[in-house]
Amino acid sequence: MANVLVFAETRNGEIRKVALEAVTAARKLADATGGGEVHAVLAGPPGIGEKAPLLGTYGADVVLVSESADFARFARESLAATMAERARSGGYRAVVLGFSAQGRDLGPRVAARLDAPIATDVIDLSAAGDTITVKHPAYANKVIMTLAISGSPVVISVRPSAFTAVQAPKAARVDTLVPVAAQGATVTVVDVKEGAKGRPDLGEASIIVSGGRGLKAPENFKLVEALADAFGNAAVGATRAVTDDGWRPHSDQIGQTGRQVSPDLYVALGISGAIQHLAGMRTSRTIVAINKDKEAPIFKVADYGIVGDVIEILPVLTAAVKAAREGH
Amino acid sequence: MKIAVCMKRTPDSESRFKIAASSTAIDETGLKFDMDDFAGYAVEAALQLNEKAGGGETVVYAVGPDNVQETLRKAMSMGVDRAVHLKADAVPVDGIAVAKALAAELKTGGYDLILFGKHAFDSSAGVVGTATAELLGLPCITAASQLSVDGGTGSARRELEGAAEILSFPLPAVVTIDEGVARPRYPSLKGIMAAKKKPMETKPAQLGSARVTIQKMELPPERPAGRIIGEGSAAVPELVKLLQNEAKVL
Ligand SMILES: Cc1cc2nc3c(=O)[nH]c(=O)nc-3n(C[C@H](O)[C@H](O)[C@H](O)COP(=O)(O)OP(=O)(O)OC[C@H]3O[C@@H](n4cnc5c(N)ncnc54)[C@H](O)[C@@H]3O)c2cc1C
Ligand SMILES: Nc1ncnc2c1ncn2[C@@H]1O[C@H](COP(=O)(O)O)[C@@H](O)[C@H]1O
Repeated sequence: MANVLVFAETRNGEIRKVALEAVTAARKLADATGGGEVHAVLAGPPGIGEKAPLLGTYGADVVLVSESADFARFARESLAATMAERARSGGYRAVVLGFSAQGRDLGPRVAARLDAPIATDVIDLSAAGDTITVKHPAYANKVIMTLAISGSPVVISVRPSAFTAVQAPKAARVDTLVPVAAQGATVTVVDVKEGAKGRPDLGEASIIVSGGRGLKAPENFKLVEALADAFGNAAVGATRAVTDDGWRPHSDQIGQTGRQVSPDLYVALGISGAIQHLAGMRTSRTIVAINKDKEAPIFKVADYGIVGDVIEILPVLTAAVKAAREGH
Repeated sequence: MKIAVCMKRTPDSESRFKIAASSTAIDETGLKFDMDDFAGYAVEAALQLNEKAGGGETVVYAVGPDNVQETLRKAMSMGVDRAVHLKADAVPVDGIAVAKALAAELKTGGYDLILFGKHAFDSSAGVVGTATAELLGLPCITAASQLSVDGGTGSARRELEGAAEILSFPLPAVVTIDEGVARPRYPSLKGIMAAKKKPMETKPAQLGSARVTIQKMELPPERPAGRIIGEGSAAVPELVKLLQNEAKVL
């Protein structure tokens, strides 16, 4: 029977959604490899241990609380060392992380330290005999690879939102995991600049309202913001044309070289639908497009398209969405 | 500064892909290949850092069959000084195996900075750079969206979800490059001529054993054909109705 170790990512003293998804994926893997336990490493600043029960709610058998003032920020080397050391001493079958900014960084570090094979950005997984099999979108989401991974342990990072976190309540045993200090030269986090408050992250939002060059001017993004507000908790994205021109920060860019998103609803406003943009959003469940050019490629993927001037349509749409949500 | 950049030869990201008959690879017929996009940003970043510092050396590395030499030559036409081709019959999908080959070679290179792309277009994995750093025991920044060097210290910015880290690190170090650092320049005619005479060293790649293998490749399901529901503001009520009753997102 093989246990699985999970990195339960935290930020600002809270457990992140990707952490719960990773626990769910780990549970699936543990079941597929013979029904072992899921052990979650909850690393954060002193006090983070109070959050341990939440991981039990989502199916962790054991929560390993690793508290350190350093873990208030993303102490990459120390976190990697702590995860790798625990994975080694605990004899786990696999280490599971989220494919988030933290998990993207930590996964290969842990794999290299353990000399373990790694698969990243995984959307599904299964196991048979000594082989773990995963699905991984490659070629900027244009090809789905099925990868077979041999050896033990293996490191797997799961795409945010690909696994829906499901509750599977356990009275998780809580244990202490002593942080392992970084060795040698390290990276120093000088500062963390928090982005605009009040909007969900692009990777976590269920609705994304996104603008392109068709908005004509940076100030027109306030119309996009207003629509996002009308939807409630929507995130705001952008094309590279817009981030290149400095209308929006680079971190808002969706596409092949930006963020890859898969919300329930993606609203593309004044976006042509270049192949590199589609690479980042074509797996969205429902796509809406507004563009004045009826030949724009975005209409090929839009479930609902409106041909017209986005500047003129936006206020009308915003009012209608608001009214619909208020039940008029 | 002495800067190394590792790059992969990948198909043009604008291509339409077909799966080969083997169903474990893409059909390469008619595809154009170039250095992977993020490695292209890394080459540009390296050139700019050395131009700013007024000297140094920039060296490119690629693991792969003979066709990677064309990609390495392209980097030299952009201004890179020399290239090292680590010869392998094929590039394994196992990023750790590739990292081992690069680390074995870079270990004795005496580089101040080793740059990678944050991920390669084809593998879309983001493993090789960070794993190489770990194998070399060097500090590593992944997915830097800004990068500068002052004396023996580097500074970088890295995007988190909804925030950004401002980082400082001692050289030598490894950095994997996100978009935002630099857009690659086009080789000049002079650059292309000069590249023909620049040194290209070839040696066997010491790949680690491949424990990750491709079992199958398939195209994702096609989206149903798009539908235009109307024109102008007049179409808004219909859209809202569809979002409520059909898509059920409102
Ligand atoms: C290697 C590489 C990587 C790339 N990565 C990305 C990426 O990650 N993300 C990305 O987005 N792009 C990326 N691109 C760029 C991409 O090719 C396109 O250039 C970009 O997506 C276009 O942005 P856009 O749709 O805002 O602008 P345009 O292509 O200029 O489109 C503007 C659209 O707005 C419409 N429009 C104009 N006025 C109005 C109006 N009043 N009302 C309604 N509609 C109007 C026009 O009809 C047009 O369709 C990449 C390119 C390369 C080469
Ligand atoms: N075969 C290779 N040869 C040299 N560098 C590579 C190779 N494969 C990947 N890289 C580098 O590692 C980065 C990340 O690749 P990957 O881990 O495959 O996503 C790329 O952007 C390149 O900089």
